[in-house]
Amino acid sequence: MAEKTKDILFGPIFDNNPIALQILGICSALAVTSNLNTTLTMCIALTAVTAFSNFFVSCIRNQIPGSIRMIVQMTIIASLVIVVDQFLRAYAYSISKQLSVFVGLIITNCIVMGRVEAFAMKNPPIPSFLDGVGNGLGYSVILLGLGFTRELLGSGSLFGYQILERTVDGGWYNTNGLMLLPPSAFFLIGLFIWAIRAWKPEQVEEDVFKMKPHTRTSDAF
Amino acid sequence: MAGKSESVGRTLLVALLVCLVCAVVVSTAAVSLRPVQQKNQVLDRQVNILQAAGLYQPGMDVQKAFDTIERKFVDLETGEYVDKPESYDPLKAAKDPAESERLSADQDIASIKRQEKVSEVYLARDDNGNLSRIILPVRGYGLWSTLYGFLALEADAETVSGLGFYQHGETPGLGGEVDNPAWKGLWPGKKLHDDSGDVAIQVVKGTVDSGAAGAEHKVDGLAGATLTSKGVNNLVRFWVGEDGFGPYLDRMKGADDGAGSAAVEADNGGEA
Repeated sequence: MAEKTKDILFGPIFDNNPIALQILGICSALAVTSNLNTTLTMCIALTAVTAFSNFFVSCIRNQIPGSIRMIVQMTIIASLVIVVDQFLRAYAYSISKQLSVFVGLIITNCIVMGRVEAFAMKNPPIPSFLDGVGNGLGYSVILLGLGFTRELLGSGSLFGYQILERTVDGGWYNTNGLMLLPPSAFFLIGLFIWAIRAWKPEQVEEDVFKMKPHTRTSDAF
Repeated sequence: MAGKSESVGRTLLVALLVCLVCAVVVSTAAVSLRPVQQKNQVLDRQVNILQAAGLYQPGMDVQKAFDTIERKFVDLETGEYVDKPESYDPLKAAKDPAESERLSADQDIASIKRQEKVSEVYLARDDNGNLSRIILPVRGYGLWSTLYGFLALEADAETVSGLGFYQHGETPGLGGEVDNPAWKGLWPGKKLHDDSGDVAIQVVKGTVDSGAAGAEHKVDGLAGATLTSKGVNNLVRFWVGEDGFGPYLDRMKGADDGAGSAAVEADNGGEA
């Protein structure tokens, strides 16, 4: 049992990472990771929403009629997201302004819906809660990695504190503007997935189709 | 089990109960957190005014710094100061038919539809009590949303000293770059009017060649955000133009700093 709890909680971090293996939640991973402050806030918000929506859905999983189960899940998720958004506006106003629509968009984050539907509908509340926390952590690990790389290379700072002296301030570090733009997160996520799959080869998917070998010029004629 | 939880009555009951509980939770959170949020909004607005004026330093006591800034109300048509209660909100007035005017299509380049008759200005003074900044509220439509912000001018009512937006819903990373300090840093020093007195300030596509003629009126557009740039261009030109604060700025230009604005006040006192 202890082993299982550990699996539920820490499995999603590397073995079954929602971003790297399930390829979910990419949208916000691109949007909010240009600096670590917003990244961290987003990670906490998403982890809280995933954990509690899993918990509440699991509590009433035997009462939810199959025909309206998606709508009921969405209602619960949406309510939690609004509550989180209200809290951020009250206690972290400037960050909530930077995150703008992306807090609201947690509702449509596939990780939340995916975990509720795949795990919480079939498991008791406590494991569901832990599964939510675990997946939130898996999401957070990738996001913080992205945020760290993007802010350090893009602005030369971490959490807003200048680490590398930028050339515009008279230092030596010429900032990489691409890192501040969303596409850089794509490249970085790709590199993360590569690194994880090199470490854990069992995650490598089988080819859906086989490529034909190249035609040599000599064969063509 | 399936039969029991799938009946129509039960489905409706579950739906109703879920909605009810969620509604109570959401509204409780919204209502109980509103005072804190409103305080944040006021603080944010004050920080924005200070930032537009170039008076803001991180970690400063905003409330205290704001004490040196004077809020005044201006009749937009005549450009004269008028008295209004402290609770007067120009944005609310703009929605009230009695206190606002509908703009015709060719006037309304900033797409704000209705404009209040009386707006506000913030006057910042330096340590000697001389007027140092005139801060005007501006707003206008960008690509997705109305941008709300402040335009700060030097005491000559001609040179821009800053522009900042406190609320907008433009695309993060593209139009949202109106919040980028590097772009905002392009505004200070720009002149509003050309030699013939026409509004000349504009946001141009691409980069301004600093050596070219008229460069002191031109600001670089935002890359990848043509419509937001156009919106900012229109709203700045609208609010400093004839239909916006134009008459007021003319008066301020005639009047020279502190002493002059006192004269305008006395003027107003006479009329009231």
